[in-house]
Amino acid sequence: MLRRWFLIAVPYVWLLALFLVPFLIVFKISLSDAAIARPPYLPVFSWGDSIIDFIRELDFENFIFLTEDDLYWKAYLSSLQIALIATILTLLVGYPVAYAMARAPEHWRPTLMMLVILPFWTSFLIRVYSWMGILSTEGFLNQFLLWVGVISSPLQILNTDTAVYIGIVYTYLPFMILPIYATLDRLDGSLIEAAEDLGCSRASAFWLVTLPLSRPGIIAGCFLVFIPTIGEFVIPSLLGGSDTLMIGKVLWEEFFSNRDWPVASAVAVVLLLILIIPIVLFQRNQQKQAEADR
Amino acid sequence: MTRTLTAATVTAALLGSVALADEVRVYNWSDYIDEALLEKFEQETGIELIYDVFDSNEVLETKMLAGGSGYDVVVPSGTFLQRQIQAGAFQQLDMAQLPNSGNLWDVIQDRTAQYDPDNAYSINYMWGTTGIGVNVPKVQEILGEDAPIGSLDLIFNPDNMAKLAECGVYFLDAPSEMIPAALAYLGEDPNSHDSDTIAKTEAVLGGVREHVAKFNSSEYINALANGDICVAFGWSGDILQARDRAWEADNGVEIAYNAPSEGALMWFDQMAIPVDAPNPEGAHVFLNFIMDAQNMADASNYVYYANGNAASKPLLEEDVISDPAIYPDEETLKNLYTTTPYDARVQRQVTRLWTKIKSGT
Repeated sequence: MLRRWFLIAVPYVWLLALFLVPFLIVFKISLSDAAIARPPYLPVFSWGDSIIDFIRELDFENFIFLTEDDLYWKAYLSSLQIALIATILTLLVGYPVAYAMARAPEHWRPTLMMLVILPFWTSFLIRVYSWMGILSTEGFLNQFLLWVGVISSPLQILNTDTAVYIGIVYTYLPFMILPIYATLDRLDGSLIEAAEDLGCSRASAFWLVTLPLSRPGIIAGCFLVFIPTIGEFVIPSLLGGSDTLMIGKVLWEEFFSNRDWPVASAVAVVLLLILIIPIVLFQRNQQKQAEADR
Repeated sequence: MTRTLTAATVTAALLGSVALADEVRVYNWSDYIDEALLEKFEQETGIELIYDVFDSNEVLETKMLAGGSGYDVVVPSGTFLQRQIQAGAFQQLDMAQLPNSGNLWDVIQDRTAQYDPDNAYSINYMWGTTGIGVNVPKVQEILGEDAPIGSLDLIFNPDNMAKLAECGVYFLDAPSEMIPAALAYLGEDPNSHDSDTIAKTEAVLGGVREHVAKFNSSEYINALANGDICVAFGWSGDILQARDRAWEADNGVEIAYNAPSEGALMWFDQMAIPVDAPNPEGAHVFLNFIMDAQNMADASNYVYYANGNAASKPLLEEDVISDPAIYPDEETLKNLYTTTPYDARVQRQVTRLWTKIKSGT
């Protein structure tokens, strides 16, 4: 009995300590006011004070402020758009790779798996920096294209949205490949044989059998790419131009340039709501469907 | 008791997270010191030096305001220092531990006192101006022999910028530098804190925005030296370092620095000790080491910035002390202005304006 309780408690303690408590701290700061102090907001909670006085000083004005300037919703929309396009691109590149891996001879697979994971052994920052070297006007890619004669003057790729997409697809590709590979690997090959025996062409067998059965992997991969991409800061600031508008950058500016931790926290809370609500709705929908199928 | 202490020390050493007494952590600007000085410090004092770098005052300030940065010595610029002192981020210096403080230059001390009254919290490390770096042959090729390389007209006149865009222009990604410059170009008070006056800079900066390849505060040194860009609005010593790197590479790039004739921002980078520094004694040892006349001269000879150390002046190399781009003459000195920190409301306006200029939103 005790053991069962313990097993149930572990994930909840995990969620409480690593998600709920940090979230409540951020939420509390978002209700505070900026000040020239250390830390730069008021009021700061201390155990000696009356909790009622403390709560009385909190208000929602920072959230109201976010609605008054179109910068914030434009940045949210632009981040959503970039994350959505980047996720689709990653899926388009990642699915064939995962499919090829799952179809490769058994003894090759560990090596292929290794090759997918290998880039993680180098620092993420260094890999993004090397893309700067590849994509710049004096970089390898332009030098190569000039040498081949495809272009006559260097292409401006670095510091544009194209470079941001390249960076995101490159960085998050393993997160897309691995879950899809996992579902494809477990796929029962006899199902496809059966489809083909019953008159399906290879293409329609893929379309009617393989693709629907790999859906859990696709969904997992898309979430793993989409969620971190929305708040991505490093890739757009290194590869993107000054006009690449993303919420991570706006958050950085509130936090660092304006020293306004309360507004920065409000931006973060809204971002979390934008992310969590659709995911919860989606999960619930999935569950309902699964129950209906049963 | 002794045994407990020993056990505690061993544990601390094993954990590694607790700073040891013989270790000093310094957080300074990038490309801002002769690395040989760092080794010299370790050899002379036996203190291990951990040296990290940053490239924006904002990053440093956030670490200071959050507290617990773990650094013993940090180097904010004057306006940022002033606000961080108000927020209680620094501890007062113990002059008894700084016998070399007699070397400091009273002229600079007087100026830094406007940020740090009585210079109680900080010592000057370097100072300089913000101005225009150009690849002279390239710019003259594009704009002709009489290109206004010493005037803000070069970077704020859309006609000039449209032509210069083809060889590349970088601006500092620092509104606290760019907005005063745009105000100086308009003939307004560069240190204006008035909303309406600051709003006028939008037309100036927005008018040349499309011709600026990048807003960045550290990449222009290499970009200028390699010939990737032909104009940068940046910090004096950085541009002079670019000039030097181009010389060394002998790649045909010829860089010149000019403080704009309309007026140039004069700034001061100050070394200070965070209030929660793990090793304040070690921090004082480091400050005292830096204030040594020979060490300070070596630092300036290497990074091409002027310092606030009077005793180091006779030890400076000729191309440093007699270069008006580094040690301005009386005439240029009159043309330099300083700025004071914005309050929260104006700061928000300035940041918002800057975002709008950069992103068009």
